[in-house]
Amino acid sequence: MNNPYIVLPIIFQLFTAILLMFFWLNVNAQRLISGIFSLISLGISIWLFSEIWQNGILISQAGGWQAPFGITFVADVFSATMVLLTSIAGFAVAIFSAGSIRNARLKFGYFPILHFLLMGLNGAFLTGDIFNLYVWFEIIIIASFVLITLGGEKSQIEGAIKYVTLNLLASAIFLTAIAILYGLVGSLNMADLSIQIAEVENRGLVNVTAILFLIGFGIKSAIFPLYFWLPASYHTPPPAISAIFAGLLTKVGVYALLRIFTLIFIPDEFLSNLLIGLAALTILSGGLGALLQVNMRKMFSYLIICHIGFLIAGLGMYTELALVGALFYLIHDIIVKTNLFLVAGLIFKLKGTLNIEKLGGFYRQFPKFSLLMAIPLFSLVGIPPLSGFWAKLYLIQAGYLSGQYVLIGFILLGSFITLWVIAKLWAEVFWKPDVSIPKKIGVKYFYEIKPLKRWAMVLPVILLGITSLYIGFFAEHIIVLSKHISADLMNPQNYIDAVLGAKPLTP
Amino acid sequence: MEILLIIIIGLLYAAGIYMMLRRSMVKLIIGLILLGNGANMLIFLLGRIVKGKPPIIESTAKMFTEIYADPIPQALILTAIVISFGLQSFAIILVKRAYKVAKTDDLDELNTTDEIYE
Amino acid sequence: MKTLIFKTASSYLLPLLILFSIFILLRGHYLPGGGFVGGLIASIAFVIHSFANGLEKTRTIIKFHPGFLIPVGLLIAIISGAAPLFLGQNFMTGLWMDDPIPVIGMVGTALFFDTGVYIVVIGITLTIIFTISETL
Repeated sequence: MNNPYIVLPIIFQLFTAILLMFFWLNVNAQRLISGIFSLISLGISIWLFSEIWQNGILISQAGGWQAPFGITFVADVFSATMVLLTSIAGFAVAIFSAGSIRNARLKFGYFPILHFLLMGLNGAFLTGDIFNLYVWFEIIIIASFVLITLGGEKSQIEGAIKYVTLNLLASAIFLTAIAILYGLVGSLNMADLSIQIAEVENRGLVNVTAILFLIGFGIKSAIFPLYFWLPASYHTPPPAISAIFAGLLTKVGVYALLRIFTLIFIPDEFLSNLLIGLAALTILSGGLGALLQVNMRKMFSYLIICHIGFLIAGLGMYTELALVGALFYLIHDIIVKTNLFLVAGLIFKLKGTLNIEKLGGFYRQFPKFSLLMAIPLFSLVGIPPLSGFWAKLYLIQAGYLSGQYVLIGFILLGSFITLWVIAKLWAEVFWKPDVSIPKKIGVKYFYEIKPLKRWAMVLPVILLGITSLYIGFFAEHIIVLSKHISADLMNPQNYIDAVLGAKPLTP
Repeated sequence: MEILLIIIIGLLYAAGIYMMLRRSMVKLIIGLILLGNGANMLIFLLGRIVKGKPPIIESTAKMFTEIYADPIPQALILTAIVISFGLQSFAIILVKRAYKVAKTDDLDELNTTDEIYE
Repeated sequence: MKTLIFKTASSYLLPLLILFSIFILLRGHYLPGGGFVGGLIASIAFVIHSFANGLEKTRTIIKFHPGFLIPVGLLIAIISGAAPLFLGQNFMTGLWMDDPIPVIGMVGTALFFDTGVYIVVIGITLTIIFTISETL
């Protein structure tokens, strides 16, 4: 069904960014506009989601050019869910930024670029054209390059070199894959590709293209041998920025993998085994990396990698149940990872360090904060009935039904390592007796800033905490949603019919 | 013509990857640029090269009756070039800043963010 | 490069090149040209002027920071792109006036989009070049 308004989440973020650029030096106006407009954008996403939940897949042909000739925007339940999650995380980070980002950074255009990043994310989720997906990815990475280097500290520049290089390499590989795909079938529309790729006789070349896509998106989503840029760079920028990166940037890579490998390249046995192997190794290497670290944000960076493994495992098993688990985990992970990095930022503001060996006595000193921070930490571990538990239950069940016992072992090991890491963190930071930390010069502590800004830093953590509690306690809603998406992904015929019309064009 | 382009594309990819594997930051950037150019040439080649048949249709005709040059690869390449222009200029400025801050051109020296204890 | 010939030529070239860039912008929809090229030509006019007369002189001609042009151009482009949404049509659908206007020709949303691109390109190019020549 055609509905031109599904592009609103993209246009509205662009409009917000432009409006913010008019207030380049007036940082207080920027704080206010960014907060209010993020809230409106959240409203738009909720509208989009409810519209699609009731009416099914909606499309919009940009410029009125019919698919497969023009660029098509497609909003199915999966896209709408991702847009909704982006808006929630974006709103939380916009509020947190208003409290925590220094004026010097804001005067270099922090807020406009944040909204350009959110626009790119919404675009990547809503597009139905593979080259357009490439363009949205480039918008995302160029905005993230600016955000990661904004401020220009030595560690930021160093981390950015690694981040920029590997992301540019990923883009080059992605572009190469698109070139081969276009040479193979002469189309760029994803629904059209889905039909045409199935008819190509040269399966070898199709598989090579699939592997190129896997490598390109694999670098972006940080799967096993390709993740080294992530722990080198994610702890360097200010906490608000690493929160939005942790929550959404790797997940957009996973979204692309889920979309491409369910719609265009249906995993055969080789690809399925490859994905499962990669998932197991991603879980293992991310988990072991997290065990070694003492800096809290680096720990969380490795945990991101570990948990990307769960998502890839769900894709690798490629059954409807496994995808339910992966999708539930994706929904849970975006909220929790964003929250974790915000919590790390809050701890830094309170204590002036993130080294868990130096921190201590947090529970005695700040009992209310500790309770608030316990929500994302224990949700991450997946203690029932918190949100991480249900997703892992589905993944393990799917693994049992498809006979992937080794993978179940790795998933359990990954959960166990996560538990170990969080338990270590909890014992060191919250329960260990307080060690006095010398005051750092140049750090503006939490009790030194104005009450309004303090609330701006606590409120997003509360908001995301409530969201993850909702995911945990009302898991049946999320399960219904995940089942719906997973059924859509396993039967792409609905998607294809919606884009190309009921009767596909014959040449 | 095609075989020449194929060789050039291969050379560009090989040179780009070779340059990226060097330890110097400047060579890294050159490698990325070469790789991007290789990808653009690949799109051009895989769009099927047709000589002297522009995709212009007679005002009386409704559809193409004979073979014509596909205009889409050129649109794709143009987009990719503009994007890579922006990204590469950003990367060049970043490398310049990194050289100023770290005072070295050697990528192996840039390892402080990977240390456990900073 | 402060030679007399270049200096004299640049003061004539500035209006000429800007006029030419507008010509390129207006013919852009059906013929070679368009906002991107037009914007580049217009910014070259200012760059030549700044090479001949110094950056400060060019700044006084433009009167405001060229970075201000970026959001203005983007705003024009996004409004022309989103205009069809108000009529319930798809994003970026071309809306055209029925009759051509003399000199300009057919007026539609595509022209406004191109104008937006033109302004953004001038803004970005001049910001980059001014920043680089300041730090050199």
